[in-house]
Amino acid sequence: MQFNFNSSEPLYLQVAAQIENAIFLGSFAANEQIPSTTEISRDFKINPATVLKGMNILVNDGLIEKKRGLGMFVLADAQEKIRVKRQNEFFHDYIQKMIVEARNLGLGKEAVISLVEKGFGEK
Amino acid sequence: MTEVNLTQISKKFGKSTVLKQIDLTLAGQTIYGLLGRNGAGKSTLLNIIENRIPATSGSVQIDGEDNVNNDLALGKVYLMSEQNLYSNSAKVDQIFRETALFYPGFDFELAHQLTNKFELNENLRFGKLSTGYRAVMKDIIALAVDAEVILLDEPTLGLDAAHRELFYQELMEAYAKRPRIFVISTHLIEEIAGLIEHVLLLKDGKMMLNDTTENLLAQSYAITGPEKQVQEYTAGLNVIGHDSLGKLRSDYVFGELDDQRILPDTVSVEGIDLQKLFINLTNGQWEKERA
Repeated sequence: MQFNFNSSEPLYLQVAAQIENAIFLGSFAANEQIPSTTEISRDFKINPATVLKGMNILVNDGLIEKKRGLGMFVLADAQEKIRVKRQNEFFHDYIQKMIVEARNLGLGKEAVISLVEKGFGEK
Repeated sequence: MTEVNLTQISKKFGKSTVLKQIDLTLAGQTIYGLLGRNGAGKSTLLNIIENRIPATSGSVQIDGEDNVNNDLALGKVYLMSEQNLYSNSAKVDQIFRETALFYPGFDFELAHQLTNKFELNENLRFGKLSTGYRAVMKDIIALAVDAEVILLDEPTLGLDAAHRELFYQELMEAYAKRPRIFVISTHLIEEIAGLIEHVLLLKDGKMMLNDTTENLLAQSYAITGPEKQVQEYTAGLNVIGHDSLGKLRSDYVFGELDDQRILPDTVSVEGIDLQKLFINLTNGQWEKERA
């Protein structure tokens, strides 16, 4: 697991985003245990309360669950849930931003579409 | 759970007033960061809590009991500081045993584990230890004592980068396993920014900030863009400092932004980190910007 923290977003949101990404990429597989609050806290020198707050976001999103006395486990459909969520956010997170930048650069709709086609054509 | 209450604590050294009417409560299971420029009064404050030096006025209560000459109350507090209270001829393991006389729950097992990890030889005499290893030994004691309130005054002074990293990790593990009150005073803000939940900022002997790290960062912004638009956007806001590069300008704002104002496309709003906030709040530029 690789944590890259920036300074402009609350730390607990970054913790949640990093674990979510690790689940999405399969580093933490379905039904597997994720590292404990103490482990993450220790390894990345983050206050355990901050780590827990981040994890609780994932619990509320239905991505992980707490098994009493054992720890946090990845739910079976977590990866699929993240995929659906990210598909819904794709337009806002990528397409809209791309169009703003394209306009700034003076690239028209056709030019952008041809670039998208070129991108899909490349391996 | 132990609670420490400071009421109207002031301290004068000769004619200079180092602390001015400090009211402060330390409670719950929290890691506090005690921040301030050199000479802001951080060490003095910690020394007063541990009754190593007397306050000029005001009182410190530990679970409702005055801390002056009160061994029972002071047994709940441990202060790790630059001051060396040990005899040069005492060996490290002997110092551990002596500490356990005052803190009977001293965790010898943890202390031995830590001396191994830090590669500190327990048979060495205190006088033979380097500055860095003296700090390491005192940090180990601070993590192993069973006090409910651990005050760490510059715990990483003299430690190399690898030992600082190891110390922060061991601190997090010790805290996660047995939550208690930690107060960490340090200049290396960047290194502890993720550790501390609550910020205490001393400036000119006064407690300037006393709030959670999260609350403070949620109202700290960098507004960046062309000079003219940035200044229009931040006019009347609590600008605590700025950086500029030619006509490009970043204004640092502490406090609420004005939702009614329209943010120009060319101007960006981002959060800032604790170190940036600290520098801008304490470097005196703030007063100038407000003037």
